[in-house]
Amino acid sequence: MPVFYGTEVASPLMLGTAQYPSPAVLAEAFRASGAGIATVSLRREQGGGQDFWSLIQGLGTRILPNTAGCHTVKEAVTTAHMARELFGTAWVKLEVIDHTDTLQPDVVGLIEAARILSQDGFQVFPYCTEDLGICSRLLDAGCEVLMPWGAPIGSGMGLNNRYGLRSLRAHFPDVPLVVDAGIGLPSHATQAMEMGYDAVLLNTAVARAGDPAGMARAMALAVQAGRAAFLADPMAPRDMAAPSTPVLGKAFLT
Amino acid sequence: MTITLNGAALQTGAATLADLLYEAGFGPKVATARNGAFVPAGLRASTPIAEGDRIEVLAPMQGG
Repeated sequence: MPVFYGTEVASPLMLGTAQYPSPAVLAEAFRASGAGIATVSLRREQGGGQDFWSLIQGLGTRILPNTAGCHTVKEAVTTAHMARELFGTAWVKLEVIDHTDTLQPDVVGLIEAARILSQDGFQVFPYCTEDLGICSRLLDAGCEVLMPWGAPIGSGMGLNNRYGLRSLRAHFPDVPLVVDAGIGLPSHATQAMEMGYDAVLLNTAVARAGDPAGMARAMALAVQAGRAAFLADPMAPRDMAAPSTPVLGKAFLT
Repeated sequence: MTITLNGAALQTGAATLADLLYEAGFGPKVATARNGAFVPAGLRASTPIAEGDRIEVLAPMQGG
């Protein structure tokens, strides 16, 4: 099971808590998923915050607060401080968003915010791109986990740059890596795990499924399959066919 | 005095941030910021409220 900042979590599946049709469906999906980590956010209190707090406490998972929607370093750092107090954890999924259409990270701001927060005792999970240079700087800034996107948040497109994700895995073999965002299908989650990623983080694919609990179950199986395949050392692909049945001893029947 | 509480104008006589939270009826599980700066729970009672302040009161919410 993945280890983040010295803590082993129960599953390589990390699940968001947004967009479910009801609190009951959310809870059912989490039970079906076996997720080890629930991502949460904080917003202006409009009456539902205390109920949601009770709900997430009942999920039995570790909590990973995010800084979703923050577009500046200052916003993200302040939000992280508020989250640390509110949720009682030094873990933070750090988002500094650059572009409103793609929700891609502002990687420059991300590195600066990661450095500030790491120095202040936070354990930062940066939502980043798969760029090797950026990821290297995030590690220098104090991050011990990287969370490159698979595709834009909520798009369900899967792994847009498998080459980049493979390169990242190869360059940082000892760093816990999580594909965060873009997962739409269980097969996408499996692909990430087959590559040797330590976990996947997804939300919309489960929350917006016709049967969220059913999809949560499928995702749980998918990450297990992908992890087992990685550990089993997959064969290398070939350009040409290679007979799996021995040619030697074949009958001459023409 | 008039302040801005979670984006809306509010008339209040609250002397401190702790008083304001009580007056507005917020639950116990909230985090606060004054004029863009985080105010830890332990400092709310000693954080004065002044004319024009922007107060943010955040609570746990769904997130991905």
